[in-house]
Amino acid sequence: MIATTLYLIVYSIALLVLVSLGLAVIFGIMKVINLAHGEFIMLGAYSCVFCVNAGAPLWLAFACATIAVGLFGVVVERLVIRFLYGRIVDTLLASWGLSLFLVGLVTTVFGPRSWSVPVSFGNVTFAGINFSSYNFVLISIAFAMVAITWAIARFTTVGLIVRGTMQEATIASALGVNPGLVYMGTFGYGAALAGLAGAVLVPITGASPTLGLFFVAKAFITVIVGGHLPLIGTVAASGLFGTIDGFVSYAWSSVAGEVGVLIVAVVVLRLLPLGITGRMRSGL
Amino acid sequence: MEPEFSFTGGQAPRWWWWALIVTAAIVLAAAPYFVDIALQFDLSIIFIFALLALSMGFLWGYAGILSFGQTIFFGLGGYSYAILALNTGMSSLSMLGAILIPVAVSALLGYFMIYGRISDIYLSVITLVVTLIFEKSIRSTSGPEFVIGSVRLNGQNGIPGVPSLNLPWEDGAPLSIESMFHIAAGCMLVVYVGLRLLLTMRFGRIIVGIRENDRRMELLGYDTRRYKLAAFVLAAGVAALSGVLYALWGSFVAPEMFNLNQAAQVVIWVIVGGRSTLIGPIVGTGLVQYLSNWLGTVSVGQVTLVLGAVLMLFVLVFPRGLLPTLGDLLGLLRRRLGGKGGQ
Repeated sequence: MIATTLYLIVYSIALLVLVSLGLAVIFGIMKVINLAHGEFIMLGAYSCVFCVNAGAPLWLAFACATIAVGLFGVVVERLVIRFLYGRIVDTLLASWGLSLFLVGLVTTVFGPRSWSVPVSFGNVTFAGINFSSYNFVLISIAFAMVAITWAIARFTTVGLIVRGTMQEATIASALGVNPGLVYMGTFGYGAALAGLAGAVLVPITGASPTLGLFFVAKAFITVIVGGHLPLIGTVAASGLFGTIDGFVSYAWSSVAGEVGVLIVAVVVLRLLPLGITGRMRSGL
Repeated sequence: MEPEFSFTGGQAPRWWWWALIVTAAIVLAAAPYFVDIALQFDLSIIFIFALLALSMGFLWGYAGILSFGQTIFFGLGGYSYAILALNTGMSSLSMLGAILIPVAVSALLGYFMIYGRISDIYLSVITLVVTLIFEKSIRSTSGPEFVIGSVRLNGQNGIPGVPSLNLPWEDGAPLSIESMFHIAAGCMLVVYVGLRLLLTMRFGRIIVGIRENDRRMELLGYDTRRYKLAAFVLAAGVAALSGVLYALWGSFVAPEMFNLNQAAQVVIWVIVGGRSTLIGPIVGTGLVQYLSNWLGTVSVGQVTLVLGAVLMLFVLVFPRGLLPTLGDLLGLLRRRLGGKGGQ
């Protein structure tokens, strides 16, 4: 009983981290909310399905989806987002247009049906509960994503430049950094994380044009309540909402879980309008 | 740099504006005698949607609050009317109730968002999330245990057989297509005139001031949060009215009323027409609805594909919308011609 609840909570937290980290990285560094985030996840899912159907092993399909959606993100940044820096509302609207466009495009090309991948994972019994071992893969990948992003930001030169640009773009630019390039890379990296999230979700959900819609609501709430520091914010907000979601979903239904998360988020924002990390000056 | 919003709305309307309104009122009142039933039916829904677009155009263009959630109040209005009218059988009172419920919800939601002073962009995203979750909740109510009074919510399938409005002077007969047309057109015109006049009054000038510079208005001694909340609630009321009319028009409510596509359509109507005017959203609604219907008949593919492309195109190329851009062009042309005439 307690073990099941605990497992559900950890799983909810991991799921939230998985679907919102890409969005949080883009928001934290570029102050842009990418409303097409759900569709990036959806594209990752489709890429994964095609790789698996072409005969690639699952881990290779994950890598392909990450790279493909990352490149797609770079293209989107160059073609659309680049022209809208400093116009936050317009960026929001343009990315929403992109989101609708992608849903329409994918429905036209691949049809509204859901595609799944033929992978079989066994079940394991642990502490008296029986669950799919794939969920362990999902949880590990979610936390590995956070660890890798943290390591890149903390220990590499690229990470240093990105952190500098995040804190003060003009000063970074005066020191010879090209912010445009940093933003392009960041958007690509965020998109790649979304692509990986989509690929990891495929064995559970399958790939369908509206896949993104299932996850974006929670991802947006997590990022906004997390605030401007992508890593601390995402982990803190995911921890809070994952716990609530896990409890309420276990007690009632997943929709009730989502409503509960929304209500808590609105109340938290009333108290901390800039999110959990809003008052922290620096960090990751 | 071009100002993001224009400063229309401050001055009292001139005589030709009143002349136009009176002409429009006469044309709309007389239209059922000239126009065939099918067109009246299609025009009614455009007027109802125009009302929804007006609520958003007012909130976004004049109060500077971009709420993606106007469809929440639209849907809530429609559902409240359906549930109240089916339970009580009193259509006029239900209509009143169906506007008051969304207004109360908007006041609560608005209080948390606006009094918390969350930034504008957060407000947009939160309203979007509320829309998403609201739709999901209604869709999950298909089981027989979800009953309000004697009405089953029916999840995906919506509530059919919503009672029509019984007008006292028509002996309680259900609405004819002509009366529906008159009610839709009348509501749109009255709300348009009302909002236009409101913007010339103290309240209107204050919210435009807040849009221009929130901090300055606060230093001048206005409680900006109160005015923003009032604008938010007013817009929700207009959206709710539109939702009630929608339920009357189709005698049907369904979760499609407030799904993401519908929310996106409202934004597209406003941005295509031009958010810095009140007439822009009305024109935008007409154009985009016409385009969607046409796309539906020729079936060139997904409507969302085209709508998404239109939204991106307008944000990138004509961020101010058609009417203001057209106005700029006319002004430029007039200056050019005037310059030549003067030489």
